[in-house]
Amino acid sequence: MLSNTGNFLLFINIFLSSLIIYNSYKCLKTKNNIIFKNIYQISLVQSTLVLICFFTLIAAFIVSDFSLITVYQNSHSLKPLFYKISGTWGNHEGSLLLWVIILTIFSFLFLITNKNHSKHYRLYTLIIQNFLILGFLFFIILNSNPFSYINPVPKEGLGLNPILQDPALAIHPPLLYIGFVGSSIYFSAAMASMISNYSGRFFAQSIKSWVLISWIFQTLGILVGSIWAYYELGWGGFWFWDPVENASLLPWFAMTALLHSLLVLEKRNTLYFWTIILCLLTFTLSVTGTFLVRSGILNSVHTFANDPSRGIYILIFLSLMIFASIYFLFSKYRPTNDLINSNSKETFVLINNWFMMFYLITVLLGTLYPIFTDAISNNKISVGPPFYNSVIIPVVIAFLFFMAIGPQAKWIRNKFSNLKSILLILSGAILINFTIVYFFKSYSLISNLILISSLFLIMSSIFDIFKKSRLSLPRIISHLSFGFLILFIGLNHNFSIEKDFNLKLGEAKKIDEYEFALLDLNLSQENNYKAVVGKLQVNDSNTMKSRILYPEIRIYDNPQTLTYEASIQTSFLGDHYLTMSNIDRSEYYNIKFQHKPLMIWIWISVILLSFGGFLSLFKNAKNN
Amino acid sequence: MQKIIKSIIVLLFIFVLLVFYNSLYRETNYSTDYLVGNKLAKINLKSFDDNKIYTSEDFKKNRYTLINFWASWCAPCRVEHPYLMQLSNEKNLKILGVNFKDKKINASKFLNELGNPYYYMAKDTKGKQSVNFGIYGIPESILINNETTVLKKFIGPLNEQNLNDIKEIINSL
Repeated sequence: MLSNTGNFLLFINIFLSSLIIYNSYKCLKTKNNIIFKNIYQISLVQSTLVLICFFTLIAAFIVSDFSLITVYQNSHSLKPLFYKISGTWGNHEGSLLLWVIILTIFSFLFLITNKNHSKHYRLYTLIIQNFLILGFLFFIILNSNPFSYINPVPKEGLGLNPILQDPALAIHPPLLYIGFVGSSIYFSAAMASMISNYSGRFFAQSIKSWVLISWIFQTLGILVGSIWAYYELGWGGFWFWDPVENASLLPWFAMTALLHSLLVLEKRNTLYFWTIILCLLTFTLSVTGTFLVRSGILNSVHTFANDPSRGIYILIFLSLMIFASIYFLFSKYRPTNDLINSNSKETFVLINNWFMMFYLITVLLGTLYPIFTDAISNNKISVGPPFYNSVIIPVVIAFLFFMAIGPQAKWIRNKFSNLKSILLILSGAILINFTIVYFFKSYSLISNLILISSLFLIMSSIFDIFKKSRLSLPRIISHLSFGFLILFIGLNHNFSIEKDFNLKLGEAKKIDEYEFALLDLNLSQENNYKAVVGKLQVNDSNTMKSRILYPEIRIYDNPQTLTYEASIQTSFLGDHYLTMSNIDRSEYYNIKFQHKPLMIWIWISVILLSFGGFLSLFKNAKNN
Repeated sequence: MQKIIKSIIVLLFIFVLLVFYNSLYRETNYSTDYLVGNKLAKINLKSFDDNKIYTSEDFKKNRYTLINFWASWCAPCRVEHPYLMQLSNEKNLKILGVNFKDKKINASKFLNELGNPYYYMAKDTKGKQSVNFGIYGIPESILINNETTVLKKFIGPLNEQNLNDIKEIINSL
């Protein structure tokens, strides 16, 4: 029943998308500047039906309808309701349906919120977006149908991978999808802009909100993924330069560059083609990321199944997108005479774009290089954190300095009248850094420079708040929080402590200033897993504080898996992080203890960063 | 000049897409192809039902043995099960089922429901023994002869084609 409903709705949506394309095409030929009423109506019906289609799948997960293969493979009747629901998008098929929802709803909202823009531009955007929707609908129906039926109906499902049964991971995919699938709308808009010759600042105004929305959600999605990795994977880190993490970071770099170049296009009506390239690049990188992750070329928790046929489909789709983009770009490209003064705000925005492109290319190379060497020379290599850290970190220092100075510059022609205050702020930053070194501990030259540059950015941004003449709160908050983010990451990196040792029940061990004792081990039976819970006492002789931590070893039944749950005590000053794992044929447990200072401030900085984006969105909506 | 730049850009994209295409069909995991033609390392498997230990000697008396790694929680194992049932009727072949990281009660239920094709049944509760066979996922199957030389290795569920291959090998003499 649910299977039939779902399939029926999918087919209806194909029909509606085709109808929108047909009507839009017809409407293009009319002379007046009015879009047919029925296009709005069909778009609304399309969005509603695609939502109902998704709710049908959620319903199948809630009632554990194992006649659907997707439900059978990714759910289990004993699973808590919350994870039954999040299981809907915790798999390849269901998540593709989420793709289509975002494509469709963004398409509809773009149509109704841009009424003061040119008809042709809006209609072409709608047509291209609906071609994207059709592409994904066909992919779902032909290859990855979440409503596929299984007969005989299994009595029980296979369960969801336990490490995915987590509140952070329940919200991580929707956030990230709004981010990178949302970028589809300005991909379509950029194509439409080239086709309909609707360029310049009007184009910038029409997509600005959409770039901001996708940027905010992409930022939050990456944050939630990092928080999950931090407490679930048990390594105590939050960013591993894993190819899959990189895949989410690539569109983020492009979006950030785009946000800045849009400012120039909006204010000065230049950099049009560069902005178009960034629009096209963002969504292309999103689809490339999806291809790498879903096709199984990169192995990770996101690789739902190693199925080349999926890869082929996404690859064809990606190729079409790329070549269509190149075709329009090449045929519409006209060299423009963008006169930009080398000392102006425009130049600083361009510098931001160069940095973003540098990061993008670095991460892209690091991610793709192993795939290329394997394909070309059969040579398996892996590019890990040392590469990224050594290439990216030194460049971040210069980036932060420009980020602090750039906003002070004026449009068209700038004159630095505030050189004195810049030097004053820089001296302040250096002073604070060396105070930290003097009172706590010394660290490497690079770390010193990172801290100085981030402090410089923070202080410059704070000073900006008091300059009432050019107050741009969204920008100040975003730049300020980025400075804080780098500062806290730097301090966290320099002051983290890690101890790794083995302990048995009843034993105590003293390592440096810490004393550890494994006081107790308890077996607890939860709804969908059993857990061995350790009770560990950690005494810190420096602070004279004693704390109890409860790390867990969880044994899941469906599917049978062992996971190690970190016990984390968070405070404003830092986290105490402890994991425990069993050692085969031994009464000893391996204990990994870490003290990670200012951890929570890293998360807060990213939340603040996206809040800056949100304020900008709010301001933009108010102005328009 | 512009034409050259445009051509380079297009060629670059074609190159990247071709590499992607090529990568789709490459084994991203490490390969265990080298096992074929080699003798299996020392076999030391605990019986599923009692304390008996299976060693290489147990399999030297069979002309052919198919070692199948399976678990009740593994969905593709259900898919390949009918083929194993068919193979269990072959007179030149004995099947050894290695129950991988499974619960005995669930495994027994699985066999009661779908039938038991295994002549020998062993267990590898912790999944450590299977590593010695070059197994990195289940289901996987290894066909050996009476000298415990690996003739063929099947990664993933057995299919119709694999079934015919196995039949051809074991009935070739």
